[in-house]
Amino acid sequence: MLREFTCIMCPQGCDISVELEGKTIKGISGNKCPKGEAYVTQEIENPMRNIATSVLVDGGDLPLASVRLSGVIPKDRIFDVMAEIRKVEVPAPVHEGDVVIADVLGLGVDVIVTKDVEAA
Amino acid sequence: MKHVDAIIVGGGPAGLAAAIELRRKGIDDILILEREKKPGGILRQCIHDGFGLTRFGETLSGPEYAARFVREAESLEIPCLTDTTVLEITPDRHVFASSSEHGMMEFEAGAIILAMGCRERTRGAISIPGTRPAGVYTAGVAQAYINLKNKMVGRRVIILGSGDIGMIMARRMTLEGAEVLGVFEVQPYASGLPRNVEQCLNDYNIPLSLSHTVTDIRGTDRLESVVISEVDDHMQPIPGTEKEYECDTLVLSVGLIPENELTWMAGAEKDPGTSGPAVDENYQTTVPGIFAAGNVLHVHDLVDFVSLEAEALADSAARFITQGSLPESKLAVRGGELVGGLTPSRISGESDVTVSFRVRRPLRDCTVEIRQGETVLKRRKMAKALPAEMIQIKLAADKLNTTDDLEVTVSC
Repeated sequence: MLREFTCIMCPQGCDISVELEGKTIKGISGNKCPKGEAYVTQEIENPMRNIATSVLVDGGDLPLASVRLSGVIPKDRIFDVMAEIRKVEVPAPVHEGDVVIADVLGLGVDVIVTKDVEAA
Repeated sequence: MKHVDAIIVGGGPAGLAAAIELRRKGIDDILILEREKKPGGILRQCIHDGFGLTRFGETLSGPEYAARFVREAESLEIPCLTDTTVLEITPDRHVFASSSEHGMMEFEAGAIILAMGCRERTRGAISIPGTRPAGVYTAGVAQAYINLKNKMVGRRVIILGSGDIGMIMARRMTLEGAEVLGVFEVQPYASGLPRNVEQCLNDYNIPLSLSHTVTDIRGTDRLESVVISEVDDHMQPIPGTEKEYECDTLVLSVGLIPENELTWMAGAEKDPGTSGPAVDENYQTTVPGIFAAGNVLHVHDLVDFVSLEAEALADSAARFITQGSLPESKLAVRGGELVGGLTPSRISGESDVTVSFRVRRPLRDCTVEIRQGETVLKRRKMAKALPAEMIQIKLAADKLNTTDDLEVTVSC
């Protein structure tokens, strides 16, 4: 079976064609670098994504601090993780790299702050 | 009136990178003027990741990318006046600015770096008919409400335009619990990057409809519905294809325009191809000592290229400040019919040039050729070229002559 992918590993967005037998890759073309093959392999087995959102900050010079995950999570857990992040409110100040939830839902990644918010 | 060697208008990614690089080149007397309360520009609200792969070799969120430059500028003690609006720039490089804290200020600058970025096209710019209810936002405004002010803009959302910010907001609003009914694009292809179609729309089952546009906006106080029509090959709505969508929010991602009011006040000429100022290979406008880089010059696809361009600008601005002038650039740079947004607009033929442009429509198996007279300076074959992606080609000085104009063509 032939399957087409758009690689999301970098802005080039290579169109990758994969010849599949079950979940085994028999042939791959269109990727300009090895990251493309790694991406497609992951997509076939278990698609993984990072997400970015914000947490509430109490007493900060901004109401929100932006956060992302320290690594990728299964795509079908995105909304579960969003629900966990939505429960969090942290006191100011917070700084880039601060962990607001460690090992979120046991997925092995942390929710980390990406923006400094100082106390108002 | 105070003299400053280099005044930088705008403390976003372009302005910060230019300031840091100028200092590294030995220009001590620098001042950044920034309209917002903090430096960092639009990156402060771009909380998604994917920035920095070219510049830093890793993927960062917008705030993290900006913070690298903000911290560097702070450690170099480069002064930045925030909450300060530049009101006028004169051709003899006087800068008038004002802030609540300092009132009116006048500076005389050795060189001026224009780094004001770009702004979004609005409903008015594309003349959508209908009523004028609340609930119609540009994508960047919706992004600022959600990511900076913690205000959700709506629950049932239609997005017009498949620019990158529009697609990123489709995902962002979905994550925040809104229902994004669809993204509609007037062109027959997506205007943003393919990776964003994949990770922002396909991942969340948000449909993308090409060759469609909004032909009516309905509602009195709040938006109640929009009418979407198919368009023909000339982007004209096709009667009979109208479909009404109930929604409370319409997000527009219909293009960006370089923000150049100050540039024109200073007397700089416009490049009709980019809507930004005409510059030479030194990023110098037609007014000596006034330079431009980043989205104020031409709208970029990636911030990494904004930073790199501003750093290249700093090199020539530093030479201007120390030498008092730069070699005149008399040769024109011209693009073929498939070439859009071409910059620079002229060169001297004496120094290295980075040529930037976009193709006007999606192309496969095309060849980019850059010529001076009969001499082909560069030929690049491309399996795929998209309007969403900026193409940059570097030309070394020793390959250039000083008599022939530069021609950039794309053929299939």
